[in-house]
Amino acid sequence: MIGRFFKRFYLATIFVFLYAPIAALMVLSFNSSKYMSKWTGFSLTWYEQLFSSELIMSALRNTLVIALLSALIATVIGTAACLGINHMKKVPRTLMMGMNNIPLMNADIVTGISLMLCFIAFGVSLGFGTVLIAHITFNIPYVVLSVMPKVKQTEKSTYEAALDLGASPLKAFFKVVFPDILPGVLSGFLLAFTMSLDDFIITHFTKGAGINTLSTLIYSEVRKGIKPSLYALSTILFLAVLILLVIGNLPKKKNHEAIKER
Amino acid sequence: MSKKLLSGPYIVWMVGFTLIPLALIVFYGLTDKAGAFTLENIMAIAQPERLNALLRSLKLSLVSTAICLVLAYPLAMILKSLKVGRGSFIVFIFILPMWMNFLLRTMAWQTLLDHNGVINNILRFFNLPELKIINTQAAIIFGMVYNFLPFMVLPIYNVLVKIGDDTVEAARDLGANSVQTFFRVILPLSMPGVISGITMVFVPALTTFVISDLLGGGMILLIGNVIEQEFTFTTNWNLGSGLSLVLMVFILISMAILAKYDKEGEGAAF
Repeated sequence: MIGRFFKRFYLATIFVFLYAPIAALMVLSFNSSKYMSKWTGFSLTWYEQLFSSELIMSALRNTLVIALLSALIATVIGTAACLGINHMKKVPRTLMMGMNNIPLMNADIVTGISLMLCFIAFGVSLGFGTVLIAHITFNIPYVVLSVMPKVKQTEKSTYEAALDLGASPLKAFFKVVFPDILPGVLSGFLLAFTMSLDDFIITHFTKGAGINTLSTLIYSEVRKGIKPSLYALSTILFLAVLILLVIGNLPKKKNHEAIKER
Repeated sequence: MSKKLLSGPYIVWMVGFTLIPLALIVFYGLTDKAGAFTLENIMAIAQPERLNALLRSLKLSLVSTAICLVLAYPLAMILKSLKVGRGSFIVFIFILPMWMNFLLRTMAWQTLLDHNGVINNILRFFNLPELKIINTQAAIIFGMVYNFLPFMVLPIYNVLVKIGDDTVEAARDLGANSVQTFFRVILPLSMPGVISGITMVFVPALTTFVISDLLGGGMILLIGNVIEQEFTFTTNWNLGSGLSLVLMVFILISMAILAKYDKEGEGAAF
């Protein structure tokens, strides 16, 4: 069938468009030449250099620590916020969700600049801490977006039943409510983690001079001529994230099937 | 203890790190170095070089948003017709590239699109005309479409999958042909997703300074580049904030349009 062929062809074209640069980077990470335009033979030099480069390793450490911490803190603050918002009346609830949209809809450059101005105006010196705060700030809205639908679905009566049966509010929460919202919390955490990992613009404005994440390191190296070690690292990271996302998608899928079965 | 208190940390955080910083941009944008009120920083956009950068940004972001829409809508329709769930592998494939560092991916296009790059070598092999788009505005549009296409696909897809087959069948039963069904049923119902996609592509495309830096060869300035330079090179915060305020007018317009057409947040991408 022509329609079917066209669909396949269109999907394949977009697929190539999306993955061509990723494939190019992966191939170039094994190139023995340091220039992007010539293939001079297979080599693992860049992978060896990667692990001996203190510059790259410290940027990687910063990136991972900031992504992990900011995602964790954002998940706690965001999940608590959802539970609170769920008990609000319509007007404050709309107001809160509107506020939640500001960092999501705002341009990254404006968010970055505004945070930088704020830190400097209040005499906070730019560094690890300011990047962490900035990342938590843009991560919370993603957590709220992921957790809010799950919180809305929870039944008040089951929580109340647990209380009637003698559970403390905290125990009732962790035994009854938390398992219900857990898929949302997990996907919110993963979304926040990956958003933090990929961010460049906001980090660029809030990082100060002494610290680099992978994104800012790449950006500063683009001008000097980038080292293929960074392709090697991004190849490893891409595969790692791929695995992370596969794991992250598993509970979602089960949940989906559960709904179908009903 | 009131449950509402659980939102406390979030409210404090958002006020401290979202609302106050935004208020500071307004403050800096409307004052001079001595702190006196002025409109000079905003009027500075009228200077030809900056005005050109703004107009160029508007042009490139509108064109790339249109291309994204034209590419994404059929794609979302095809993904829906495959009848696979939200967390399914195929949808996953279209989201996944977003997780490799976008600076590196954009840089890779620099290599692929180069005069002596892979794509031109393939074209030469088939005796086809060469692509000469690197370091031009076309390359920047290409980069924008590449980077922001998923932000158009996801909201449209999310809205399309919610349109039940029964709705479409009802339209057909009532005598509509497939073109009429599309324009009178599917398209209007998918508008929240379309509008959401348009804002999610338009805003980052309008304000980018990285894509123009990487694919424009540093010669083509967008409004994002102008503002970034005010903060990192010349460190004139008042001027930079003033220009950001001009930019925010366009962001606010897109947010207002989104709020009007997508009240329920149906078109959310994530």
